[in-house]
Amino acid sequence: MAELVTFAVAAVLISVGGLGVIAARNPVHSALFLIQTLIGVAVLFVVQEAHFLAAVQVVVYAGAIVILFLFVIMLLGVDKAEDLGIEPIAGQKPLAAIVGAALAAAGIVTVVAAVDGATGVAAAPGIGENALDNRYTDIERIGRVLFTDYLLAFQITAVLLTIAVIGAVVLTRTVRADDLLDDLDPVTMDLASLAPAGANDGDHQALADETDHGEVV
Amino acid sequence: MFGEVELTTTYYLVLSALLFAIGATGLLVRRNPLVMFMCVELMLNAVNVSFVAFGTDLNDVGGQMAVFFVLVVAAVEVVVGLAIVVAINRRRRYATADDVATLRG
Repeated sequence: MAELVTFAVAAVLISVGGLGVIAARNPVHSALFLIQTLIGVAVLFVVQEAHFLAAVQVVVYAGAIVILFLFVIMLLGVDKAEDLGIEPIAGQKPLAAIVGAALAAAGIVTVVAAVDGATGVAAAPGIGENALDNRYTDIERIGRVLFTDYLLAFQITAVLLTIAVIGAVVLTRTVRADDLLDDLDPVTMDLASLAPAGANDGDHQALADETDHGEVV
Repeated sequence: MFGEVELTTTYYLVLSALLFAIGATGLLVRRNPLVMFMCVELMLNAVNVSFVAFGTDLNDVGGQMAVFFVLVVAAVEVVVGLAIVVAINRRRRYATADDVATLRG
């Protein structure tokens, strides 16, 4: 009974938060509603005794990702109310609402009409290290499985994170003409590296001027 | 009357379907790229709820492991996505996703 009440409260939090994200006119309000939804999901994780995920959900999602969103909103100064009435494609909004309602209906009907419960398997016994009812605590269990069965996926995750860091740096880096001149090969005077597509247009002209000057000397 | 109602996996899955539909609708309706990213986060969270519910139902930690990796991929997606938004904004001011039609074929 207590579980059901907790679930109901969390479900209301999640639903209201989700609707708030898509209905709020100000992006900052959307981000705050997103935090509400994420906290609600963390509560559901606690109800299902996935304590580690609940903690990670709050720390990484609500703590890091939403803060990143807020940073970018403030940085770009787009925290102005958006006119939700504009429709670039005629009839897009009603159509989107219909698609959303159909999606929700399809999902709910599929789940509710499922034969033999949600998974079609009656209370699985659970096997060894992977079973949720073995002698380990939640974090021990995840750690053991993560570094055995999921070791390859875990290591690929490291590569993925490295790629993301490099990608973010490359995308947001501004290249100044001075920096580019440092990259010139001292022998051939060729550019060792090209300016990425995000560089300011003015820099190329400045660079051209400076290299012409250098050749004259 | 409510004393006999038991919390089953189906409850979680219904909520998950609802949240996923809300996120998908938002992605179609909103035009601010940042809010569109938030809607993608909503959909990812809906799937996470399903994963943990299935894992609990099947008494297997695999569902929680899937959520772990979804969290990592979500973080990566947000980092790169927001970097693209910042890079485009530096070149040209824009407010909605419709303004960034330069790559249109």
